Amino acid sequence: MGILEVKGVSKHFGGLLALDDVNLSIQQNTVHAIIGPNGAGKSTLLNCFIGKLLPDTGTVMFNNKSLLGLAPYQINQAGISRVFQTPEVFSELSILENVMIPAFAHRDGAFHLSPFKSLARETSIREQAEKILQDVGLIDERHHTASAMSRGNKRRLEMAMCLVQQPKLLLLDEPTAGMSRSDTNNTIDLLKTINEAHNITFVVIEHDMHVVFSLADRISVLSQGHVIVEDYPDKIKGHPEVQEAYLGTAESE
Amino acid sequence: MDAILLQILNGLDKGSAYALIALGLTLIFGTLGVVNFAHGALFMIGAFCTVTFNNLLSYEKVTISETEVSPWGTPLEIETPYVELWFGDFGAMMIDYSVFWSILFAIPVMLLLGIVMERGLIKHFYKRPHADQILVTFGLAIVLQEVIKSVYGANPIPQPAPEAFVGSIDVGALIGMTENSVLYPIWRMVYFLFAVVVIGGIFAFLRYTTFGMVVRAGMADRETVGLLGIDIDKRFTAMFGLAAVVTGLAGVMYTPILSPNYHMGMDFLVLCFVVVVVGGMGSLAGAVAAGFLLGILQSFASMPEVKAFLFGFSIDQVIIYLVAVIILLTRPRGLMGRKGVMET
Amino acid sequence: MLKTPHTSDRTLMIVFTILVLAGPLILAPVGAGYPDLMQRFVIYGIFAIGFNILFGLTGYLSFGHAAFLGVGSYSAIWMLKLLSVNIVPAIIFSVVVSGLFALLIGYISLRRSGIYFSILTLAFAQMSYNLAYSVLTPITNGETGLQLELDDPRILDGASESGQVASPSLFGFEMSDTAVVPFLGMDLQFNVGFYVSALILIGMFYLSLRIFRSPFGMMLRAIKSNQTRLNYTGFNSRPYALTAFVISGMYAGLAGALLVCMDPLAGAERMQWTASGEVVLMTIMGGAGTLIGPVLGAGIIKYFENIFSRINESVVEGWFSALPEGVTDVLVAVVSPFLGSGWHISLGLIFMLVVIFLPGGLVEGAGRLMNLVVRLWQSRKTGASQSDTGPADGVTPAEEVSHRSVNTRES
Repeated sequence: MGILEVKGVSKHFGGLLALDDVNLSIQQNTVHAIIGPNGAGKSTLLNCFIGKLLPDTGTVMFNNKSLLGLAPYQINQAGISRVFQTPEVFSELSILENVMIPAFAHRDGAFHLSPFKSLARETSIREQAEKILQDVGLIDERHHTASAMSRGNKRRLEMAMCLVQQPKLLLLDEPTAGMSRSDTNNTIDLLKTINEAHNITFVVIEHDMHVVFSLADRISVLSQGHVIVEDYPDKIKGHPEVQEAYLGTAESE
Repeated sequence: MDAILLQILNGLDKGSAYALIALGLTLIFGTLGVVNFAHGALFMIGAFCTVTFNNLLSYEKVTISETEVSPWGTPLEIETPYVELWFGDFGAMMIDYSVFWSILFAIPVMLLLGIVMERGLIKHFYKRPHADQILVTFGLAIVLQEVIKSVYGANPIPQPAPEAFVGSIDVGALIGMTENSVLYPIWRMVYFLFAVVVIGGIFAFLRYTTFGMVVRAGMADRETVGLLGIDIDKRFTAMFGLAAVVTGLAGVMYTPILSPNYHMGMDFLVLCFVVVVVGGMGSLAGAVAAGFLLGILQSFASMPEVKAFLFGFSIDQVIIYLVAVIILLTRPRGLMGRKGVMET
Repeated sequence: MLKTPHTSDRTLMIVFTILVLAGPLILAPVGAGYPDLMQRFVIYGIFAIGFNILFGLTGYLSFGHAAFLGVGSYSAIWMLKLLSVNIVPAIIFSVVVSGLFALLIGYISLRRSGIYFSILTLAFAQMSYNLAYSVLTPITNGETGLQLELDDPRILDGASESGQVASPSLFGFEMSDTAVVPFLGMDLQFNVGFYVSALILIGMFYLSLRIFRSPFGMMLRAIKSNQTRLNYTGFNSRPYALTAFVISGMYAGLAGALLVCMDPLAGAERMQWTASGEVVLMTIMGGAGTLIGPVLGAGIIKYFENIFSRINESVVEGWFSALPEGVTDVLVAVVSPFLGSGWHISLGLIFMLVVIFLPGGLVEGAGRLMNLVVRLWQSRKTGASQSDTGPADGVTPAEEVSHRSVNTRES
């Protein structure tokens, strides 16, 4: 039994069938990559995990509890964090504050009112946040506002925001999109370190095969809303169906 | 039955005004992406165009009668408006039909005002946050309203309807009901027809002209239209001018129904914002439909029967807000709203 | 601000307290040292501080806060009429009532954000205004408004037997009592009502400081920055925003109650949209999202309102009387529409100018100005230092100032 069980999920947009009877089982403490050509339904699938979209049919179970119909914050509180395709941070707040906020969410739950408590006295939360910032290498600029950061650093910050919550499952939507080769390699190293150190299950959606094969323990290939293959990375490499799926759409990409 | 018909008719004129103002509002933030809190002021200024025009027409030459004397024994002063003096019967007709003539006066005034507003102020706020747009137009609304107040005073200034349109039509008799059961003032009927013509005109304009096509495309997807290399700037200005004229004319024609006062703009604007929210932000058809719907609803709410049913509370002042609350709680995007319009 | 805000906040608090308590002394030289006006500075300061928690911190632009001011006023005057002219029950009751009212309106309005929210709050305020004039006349006394009367029941302190309408008081101290102290040729007026309001203002300012410096305040800033992201971070943002809304509604109710305590009169015009707009203007003018800005803005607006609206045409003529007659007439004709009863035109214009040129308000403006002055000073100094002390000296002031300007923005 996997930590995330997806059974028979379908989703229509008007006449378009974006997801067609998708089944997935993601095992604890693995890095599971979902790959596929453009428009294969990867992002739609991810949005069904995080409560942004409600599938037409099927079930999404996380630790044997259904995620369907839950609000985004409830899904987060259940232990699923997400790194966005375009980094989303609180631009006007300092980097440290950006990390403290999810730490509060993890400690205090979705709503906890203490309007007169001093932020400066929240030392344990602050130490937690600083430790994570140390891990991702942003500790020195923790008092700067997040708006001025580079895209790569914003990604690190997002990573820190997720990690501070000690999630059971981390969803990464194209974590290296738009990055240079060296930034990409840094991100891969960062992800590997995190995976080994924190025992977090990763679901990675990615275009870049280099990233996928460096990270993934298991790969599902999505094409036209179907999971066509699910296997170990070395089995995927030469798989005829995968090649067909990619080659068939290679020109349009 | 006749009571219901009467209430529907009574709601039509107010509904027409709501629909016209809401249409202008929707056009502006559909295309320009600006929330114009000074839009009500345009309606009010339209109404005061009529007042001004009437004042101009009624400039009088005072002559001393040689034969007649007043009851006090002094020579009688005869006041004759200059237009009548110059144009004779035509002049008298002008004075009687001044509301219609005011339209001709109001079109250039409103167009100019709209263009000046857009070029001088709104243009600089396209890229600023919505809150700034709201605030600056809010400030403008205060200024316009207070200027009118300082020029025309705080009291309403009644404007007559043309002689021929004074009185009522017996709508009941027309459709075969008891005579005099449903009497409807002629001018309100005129206003409704006027609104229908204007609304129809705008929809036709948007549907059948290239300009309208670009505007509709802009409402659906502003960024793409900008990328197509279409000179959107000029069209924005024109759009704003058009919306100002429509709203201004709605005010001109409304003067015989409601005596113009300086705060009528804000009174209507708040209601029309609610209308737009109920109709669905960004939907022209929604704005018009909700305008008429809420106007009629408001007139039903003022029925004595409704008041009796609610233990003597009259809810006509608040019914629109109550409906808006219910709509927002059940259909957050309004009756015909699309996803993602102005939601940030 | 996370480093150690304790010391700088303590300084801020002390300075603020001293400035407020010394109000009569500071304001007398600028012609604003009389009780009525000083009370208004302080009360509208409270109103603006509360509004700032919602608008400046959370980013929700409400156009209906005058409704809470009005509800506070009505609740307070009823308590004064029914229970006692002691202001304590009146203030407590109106804060509770306006809080509940804010809970109801906030619950509905906060279902939408952005302009929808602004429109909804405006609509609710107009609805309240209409209701106060029509349906609720038994409670609000319609256009006439409410005031204290001889035959008020006043269960707790008993109706006055002296045949005079009692005025609101705090355990025997009447709000209208004023001690006049001559000082350097001025008459300093120390008024009970002012000091009661001033103490409340200081308390409310402290409360707002605590909110700014709390995790809750950080959540509110996060809502302003990126509400969607906050939801994906595991927070249910709506109850946070609602709490901010209710708190600011209670501040407004408190201000409304104090207005009535100082001048026992409540009317519907206090709920009009222009009144809602005024508090927005105060907050922006001073600097939305800053601690001190709203109080500053409230003071400035009320000061100018007082000055401008008192000037009539003959005063204006006096200004220009030295000039040739024709010029005087023209200037009078140009200037006078903006003064006296035309003060609202000036208000609207100031509003526009602030939004156009100084969206960060005076606090930001002062920061910018200070930066500019320092940069000029620094460039002169570095120019001079090349010949005498060397570059090390030139660096210090820059650092000091950039640090200070950050502080200004935050405080």
